[in-house]
Amino acid sequence: MRLVAERLSARRGEDLIFRDISFDIGAGEALVVKGPNGSGKSTLLRVVAGLLPRETGKVRLVGEGDHAFETVASACHYLGHRNAMKRELTVEENLRFWKDFAGDSAGDSGIGIDAAADAVGLGGIVHLPFGYLSAGQQRRMAMAKLLVAWRPVWILDEPTAALDAAAETMFAGLVKAHLSRGGLAIAATHQPLGLGAVKELHMAGFAEASAEAWA
Amino acid sequence: MTALLVRDLKLAVRAGGGAMIGVLFFMTVVAVIPFGVGPDLNLLARIGPAILWIGALLAALLGLDRLFQAEREDGSLDLILMQETPLVLTVLVKCLAHWIATGLPLVIASPLLALFMNMDAPAMAATMLTLLVGTPAITFIGAAGAAVAVALPRGGLLVSILVLPLAIPVLIFGVSAVYAAVQEPAPFLPPFLFLTALTLVFAVIGPVAAAAALRASTD
Repeated sequence: MRLVAERLSARRGEDLIFRDISFDIGAGEALVVKGPNGSGKSTLLRVVAGLLPRETGKVRLVGEGDHAFETVASACHYLGHRNAMKRELTVEENLRFWKDFAGDSAGDSGIGIDAAADAVGLGGIVHLPFGYLSAGQQRRMAMAKLLVAWRPVWILDEPTAALDAAAETMFAGLVKAHLSRGGLAIAATHQPLGLGAVKELHMAGFAEASAEAWA
Repeated sequence: MTALLVRDLKLAVRAGGGAMIGVLFFMTVVAVIPFGVGPDLNLLARIGPAILWIGALLAALLGLDRLFQAEREDGSLDLILMQETPLVLTVLVKCLAHWIATGLPLVIASPLLALFMNMDAPAMAATMLTLLVGTPAITFIGAAGAAVAVALPRGGLLVSILVLPLAIPVLIFGVSAVYAAVQEPAPFLPPFLFLTALTLVFAVIGPVAAAAALRASTD
């Protein structure tokens, strides 16, 4: 299965944030989006996830096999700046909710809640309310959310912000394991993720948009 | 879907969830009326059903603005929007959970508060029945308002103002059904059936409108 984006552009307010972005990633491949602050990395990821309208172009999945996805978004996990976990509920309740509510996409299945917590190195504290955890622990538990329900595509927006070096290595391991199961990943990041050889996409920033504004 | 229902109910009863806020507000409003109006028992009994309905309406509107705003603030809304599950169904389940947590306690508390208003047993029963049938409509309309105001900080009052005109028919038919039940010769059934119809209509329109507003509100 491949995720193909063709000539995407997106607008925020009056200005085009980026224009004519195309990429094509296949099973087991990762794309790292790089660029300075404000160059549109997060916007691009949200457009791919279907959370923002796109100005032109399209995103589609190719070669899904027997189980066609209704939308691209339904094949994706999105790990944004916010963790999407409730502070009042325990970690286990949070993860169980996302496991049940999101469910598994066709093709593979997610792992158990305890196994997911172990995978992010925080086994044994799933009974605590999410709000009690430190920022780094919260981020790790948000990553565990990616593991409990299977989605072929992971969209990761600054996934390793607030994490220590060991946790970055741990996360690189998770992404590699995901890729080896035939998954895809798109990540926007400033730090090297330690994934080895990956495709890179450099976002130029406002240049084009301002050029158009002056034209 | 059951997972969502259970989670929302848990959130409502945990600290900061606000399930009890509505019923406490309802009690406050109704409890001060007799002090303000004075000890005229006949007058209290006559205005009782209207006061209970107004109190319940305002109490039901109280926590509605948080319905989607809390989801948006922690990023859950993004993930909910991405799922294959139809958004309309998700909104409907969230409305049901919200009603069970905040609307149902109002219904249960209403007979107690009816005592404050010197209402007799038939009026109490009629008020409880009409609130049971009518308060879900307020939640469904309110969901649409909450979805429109989801991106606005302090959108609470705005939600109430947006929603109030649509909730007025519910109030009118709810109160007139109670009066019809206790006063001859007005028949109880026509206004009660209107109330039921309003709830059913808003059960369809509310979630559809809310889902459309949520889709349009992404940023």
